[in-house]
Amino acid sequence: MMKNSGRTRHIIYLATLFLLFVSGFGQLPIFKRYYIADIPGLAWTNQFYVTHAIHYVAASVLIMLVFYVLVDFMLKGFRVGQISITGFVKAVLILLLMISGGLLVINNLPGVFLPQNGIIALDLIHMGVCMILLLAGGISLFIKKSWVKV
Amino acid sequence: MNRKTSRRAFLKGALTAAGTIVAATPAVRAAEKVIQEDQEPLVTLIDIGKCIGCEECVYACQDANAHKYPEPEKPFPKMLPKRVPVQDWSGKRDIADRLTPYNWLYIQTAAVTIDGEETELNIPRRCMHCQNPPCVKLCPFGALKQEENGLSRIDSDICLGGAKCKQVCPWQIPERQTGVGIYLDILPSLAGNGVMYKCDRCYDRLEKGELPACIEACPEDVQTIGPKSEILANAHALAKEMNGYIYGEDENGGTNTIYVSPVPFDQLNMAIEKGKGEPHFNKVKNMMADGTNIAKAMVVAPIAGIAAAFGKFYLGAKEDK
Repeated sequence: MMKNSGRTRHIIYLATLFLLFVSGFGQLPIFKRYYIADIPGLAWTNQFYVTHAIHYVAASVLIMLVFYVLVDFMLKGFRVGQISITGFVKAVLILLLMISGGLLVINNLPGVFLPQNGIIALDLIHMGVCMILLLAGGISLFIKKSWVKV
Repeated sequence: MNRKTSRRAFLKGALTAAGTIVAATPAVRAAEKVIQEDQEPLVTLIDIGKCIGCEECVYACQDANAHKYPEPEKPFPKMLPKRVPVQDWSGKRDIADRLTPYNWLYIQTAAVTIDGEETELNIPRRCMHCQNPPCVKLCPFGALKQEENGLSRIDSDICLGGAKCKQVCPWQIPERQTGVGIYLDILPSLAGNGVMYKCDRCYDRLEKGELPACIEACPEDVQTIGPKSEILANAHALAKEMNGYIYGEDENGGTNTIYVSPVPFDQLNMAIEKGKGEPHFNKVKNMMADGTNIAKAMVVAPIAGIAAAFGKFYLGAKEDK
C-alpha cells in the first residue's frame, strides 16, 4: 500500500510539474509564434486566460503536495540530514518558485499595486528558477538520485 | 571628523543623518504608500451626447505625447519564423481614424435614431484604464504598470512587443510598432517584435498637476476627470437626466472610464465601425475573475495537504494496531 501511495504521489508530482511548465511557458507569447498552438489539440496553449487558470490550479495542487510531503516526512520521523543533495536543491528551488509565484498571484488580485521593479524581479526569478529546476530534475533523473538518501 | 566640530554640532548632524535614513526605510515608504492608497482612483466621464467630433482632443493627444512616439530603426531585423508580422506605422503617422502606435485616441462615429430623429454620435475612444487591468497583470515581463491614480501604462524601455497585452485586453487597445525597443538588443529575430503603445492618460501631465491633454483641449467639455465616487455619482445623475445609459462601470469588473450615452450601448455597438484599432462596445465580463477565484481557493491547498498527511498517518496507525 505504501509503495502504491508513493508511486501515485510521484505521478501527481510529475503531472503537476509538467502542467506548470507548459502553462508557465504559455504565459510568454511564444506558442503561437513557434507553431506549437497550431498542433491539433494544442490551440489552448495560446489562450492566455486558459493557461493562466491551468497554472493556478496546478500550482494549488503542487502547494497541497508540498505540504502533504512535508508533514508526512515529519510524521514518519525523517530528519533533514536524510535528504539527498539533489533532493535538497530541488526542495529549495520549489520553495523559491512557490514564494515568487505566490507574490505574483497576490499582485494579480484587484487593488494590489506592487512596485514595477519588484514585479520585474519576481518575473525573472520565477522564470530563472523554473529553468534551474528543469535542469536539476533532469540531472537527478539522469544520475537516478532519489529525494532521500537510500 | 573636523577637530573643531563641537559635540552638539556632531550630534545634530548625526541625528539629521539618522532621520534621513529612517525616512528612506521601506517601512516609512510603505506608510507613505498606504496614505496615498487612501486616495480614490481618478476616473474620467465621457458624455457622448456632447461630443461634436471636432477632433481637438485627438490632435492635443498627438501633440502632448509626440515625445513618447516610436522612432524605429530600419531596416527591421529579419523575423523568424516568417509568420511573425512586421508592423510598421512610422510612415502612417497621420492616421487619426483608428488607434495606432502614433494615435492613442480617435473619434468613432455612430448613426443612430433618437426620438425618431436620425443623428450622428461621436465617441472618443482610447484605453479604458481598467480597475484590474489584464494587460498590466498578465504581462510576463512586468512591462506595464498600474498607478494608484487608476491609470495603466506601458514602459517602452521594457516592452518586447509580444502583444500579449493586446490579446488579453477585452478591447484589443494596444498597438505595436516593430523596430524599436529592448528586443533589438536581445534576440531580435527570435524573440519580441517592437513595443506596444496606448493611451497612458497623460501620466506625466497628471504628475505635474495638469489635466490630460484630451480633456484640457475639448471645447465642449465632453470629458471630466475626478475621484471615482464623485464621477460615478455624476455619471448616474447625467444618465438619469438624459434617460441614458452607462458603459464602463461594470465592464471587465469595472474601468476608470465611464461613458454616458443617450442610446443603449448595444445599439451604439451595432452602429460603429469595429475592427483592427477600432474597439467595440460589447458587454465585457470580468476577465480576471476566474484567476482571482482560483487564487482565493489556493489558500485551502496547504490545509488540504496537511489534512491528507495526517489522515494517512492515522489510517496507517490504525492498520498497525
